[in-house]
Amino acid sequence: MTVYPNLQPTDPSGQTRKDFQTDQDVRWCPGCGDYSILANVQRTLPKLGIPRENVVFISGIGCSSRFPYYMGTYGMHSIHGRAPAIATGVKTLNPELSVWVITGDGDALSIGGNHLIHALRRNVDLNILLFNNKIYGLTKGQYSPTSEVGKRTKSTPYGSIDHPFNPVSVALGADASFVARVLDVDAKLMPVVLERAAAHGGASFVEILQNCSIFNDGAWADISDRKTKHATQLELQHGLPLLFDKGTKGIGLDNRMHPRVVDVEAEGLDKVLVHDETNPAMAYLLSRLTYPEFPTPMGVFLSIPRPTYDAELEAQMRHAGRKATGDGMADMQALLESGRTWEVR
Amino acid sequence: MPKTETVLDEVTIRFAGDSGDGMQLTGSQFTHTSALVGNDVSTFPDYPAEIRAPAGSLFGVSGFQLHFSSKAVLTPGDAPDVLVAMNPAALKTNLGDLKVGGILIANTQAFDDKNLERAGYATNPLEDGSLGDYRVYPVDITTMTLGAVAEVGLGQKAALRCKNFFALGLVYWLFNRPLEHTLDWLKEKFHGDVYDANEKALKAGYHYGETAEAFDQSYVVEQAQIEPGLYRNITGNEALALGLLAACQLSGLKGYLGSYPITPASDILHFLSKQKHLGFKTFQAEDEIAAVGAALGAAFAGGLGVTTTSGPGMALKAEAIGLAVMTELPMVIVNVQRGGPSTGLPTKTEQSDLLQMLYGRNGESPVPIVAAQSPGDCFYAAIEAARIAVRHSVPVVLLSDGYVANGAEPWKVPKMADLPRIPVRFATEAEGFEPYSRDDDLGRPWAIPGTPGLEHRLGGLEKQHLTGNVSYNPENHEFMCQLRADKVAKVADHLPPTAPHGDADGTLVIGWGGTFGALRAAVDQARQHGAKAAHVHLRHLNPLPKDLGEVMARYERVLVPELNLGQLSFLLRAKYLRAVEPYTKLQGKPFKVSEVLARILEAKEVAA
Repeated sequence: MTVYPNLQPTDPSGQTRKDFQTDQDVRWCPGCGDYSILANVQRTLPKLGIPRENVVFISGIGCSSRFPYYMGTYGMHSIHGRAPAIATGVKTLNPELSVWVITGDGDALSIGGNHLIHALRRNVDLNILLFNNKIYGLTKGQYSPTSEVGKRTKSTPYGSIDHPFNPVSVALGADASFVARVLDVDAKLMPVVLERAAAHGGASFVEILQNCSIFNDGAWADISDRKTKHATQLELQHGLPLLFDKGTKGIGLDNRMHPRVVDVEAEGLDKVLVHDETNPAMAYLLSRLTYPEFPTPMGVFLSIPRPTYDAELEAQMRHAGRKATGDGMADMQALLESGRTWEVR
Repeated sequence: MPKTETVLDEVTIRFAGDSGDGMQLTGSQFTHTSALVGNDVSTFPDYPAEIRAPAGSLFGVSGFQLHFSSKAVLTPGDAPDVLVAMNPAALKTNLGDLKVGGILIANTQAFDDKNLERAGYATNPLEDGSLGDYRVYPVDITTMTLGAVAEVGLGQKAALRCKNFFALGLVYWLFNRPLEHTLDWLKEKFHGDVYDANEKALKAGYHYGETAEAFDQSYVVEQAQIEPGLYRNITGNEALALGLLAACQLSGLKGYLGSYPITPASDILHFLSKQKHLGFKTFQAEDEIAAVGAALGAAFAGGLGVTTTSGPGMALKAEAIGLAVMTELPMVIVNVQRGGPSTGLPTKTEQSDLLQMLYGRNGESPVPIVAAQSPGDCFYAAIEAARIAVRHSVPVVLLSDGYVANGAEPWKVPKMADLPRIPVRFATEAEGFEPYSRDDDLGRPWAIPGTPGLEHRLGGLEKQHLTGNVSYNPENHEFMCQLRADKVAKVADHLPPTAPHGDADGTLVIGWGGTFGALRAAVDQARQHGAKAAHVHLRHLNPLPKDLGEVMARYERVLVPELNLGQLSFLLRAKYLRAVEPYTKLQGKPFKVSEVLARILEAKEVAA
């Protein structure tokens, strides 16, 4: 017997941005980078061809984690750091669903670090968007695990002495199969990255560099400034040379595998590395490039096919299911009567 | 000289040896055979937390006690009539429990200088006359086992492993048990040399009993009067897992377990992991929090979300259970209790998590609590927990304990067709849908992802009545806190009237959980001694039955035995403003019937 509803799904071709909005007032501070991310996600979802009832947004705690309230899908604003675990339960119970995790630098990398790395390692088919503003916003301005050393905050009046995490490096270290980075205000690249993250089978990890206009304003100004971003950002494109600054510079290696900046005119294009999304070693090397020594890479670092946890689980279920008769009550009765039994008369 | 046979009503045996000596296996084989020959049986495995403690050490002793009878058996027995001690450490740690005049079978070869010293014996107790109170049978089990299996040609180490089967064979002879059931089991498990060696050791032990002059009589324990039907042996953890599976079939829900390994709950995870053919999914999470988180996610997605753990794991899950309370999702949270606080006594039993389950979360965070009272009862308790969870859309705590979880008893196999269904109704109608609207049981609609038109957002922030939107409204918060409490209280509407077992006045013994057998037996015996006594065993700890206060009022004295410092006593006093007499024990061991009996018979003055 099935108790699960079997209803006509929404036709996804007719869905628009509006279908993914709610009537709730958006309660982020004016100027917050989250607005731009929300708009991009709402614009992207109708393009995915998924009925909105099959989309689930799970978040933890923090400013970013209010996100599900503003999405016209199923959602849960859960508890601090645990969104990947809850999302794993949603996805593995019903693999038909498109499950998104919304998290922040404190939520994902501090209190929830364990869940993040294990969701990535297992390759559960989740889309994890980590909003990195390098600060705790909701608790009003303490340093986060991505804050730079020396950062002065309410809880580090003498400057932070914590070495920060690089989220992309963490994700790669956890054997993520899809890792990308975008800037909150980059309306050109973000939809591309979001669509690719959604299309990727397995855990997709996207670090979104996000500005907190109240507690860490300008955290990414160096690389987001329109006037200089051609030199401060490195746009990653699979199969193309790692060029920046209008093609005048590129990323190469010295003979000890240290990355270095190549002057294209002086040294030639063949000294510039070609981006390969399927190479985890290159992805890690690129993740270590940071401004100001290097431009900050943006786009897809890594995208490799790897069996997903949820699909593997379904395969095991199907395989085991061959033992079943299809009549659950009868199979249950047989299990109850299995092993060594005896009749008392 | 012909040997005599004596008929006994009941016998308690304890097998004790090193943790590598195979005592658990020996005990479970004896249990199985006894059940198959028609005795009623109850068992109590008692093993150390160390996987393989140093040989011969006192802390490495592993024991298995079983009680078999031609009458109904409620407990694994207080004091053993027979102790099998495979080494001096086993003797030292168990002799104190052996009945005066009881039978002691000791493996003499293990009583060498090294082992005696490890056990702290200055002289060999088998030789120094200190065991005069017991009927001592020194048997060189090791040497005779090696002799019996020599022709198989196993190495010395493998051959020595057979000595538990020699001991088992000897005890089988002593109690006139057939060997066939254990031989059948051996055939299923082993082939070739290992089977041959164990068969030879088992038979050698049996024949030794037959021929050795020292054993001049054997014992017979007749079949018990047992309700007709199909039976199997079952442990609490197995029954609990089967109950969860049955609840899924009875409800039509997909089952989902999120779990992290922990003693003594891991066997539930192991068992359920094998049942994928029934559509039950298991997920071994990275930690206790992820385990409950995944179960909560599965509940949101429309599954029967289950998490299993023990006390330390419960401490970690508290926040997520609070989220389940706020999101009002049906879940079953299983706590197989062990000795605490902290890591405590991982392999020992205790009932000290009751107040943690009731109050161990932030805020007003009520959850229904169901407790299993025996190994077989875990099946029905699990179904009951699932039924409440679904009916009231609420996380339910199911309490078991190490004693119930690892103990085994013959269990009448239920018929699925006889079990009442668990009705589930998912919301499908978009018109007028409100995620926090209420039905008669104060449950809210279960609208699962994938249902068009019912998209909604849950979360840990306070919910507005009906709409489920975030609300900081002061009146709404008070209303919702009360509503969540009322919802849990509603569970009591579905409980049968409390029916005390025994007299209508005198001493009322109130217990819960795994102490059922000891309390029931003690009350029965007290009444045979002429005392007026009755027993109420609570399946539901939250809410308590509506008529409990009224029932208590009918008795002059309320005695509350518990394996903690008086947690149920505390609740009963607080709720009913009634003097109750706690009787507590915190030794990592279950109550003995004799202890409870003595307490019932000893009328104590109690201050209100």
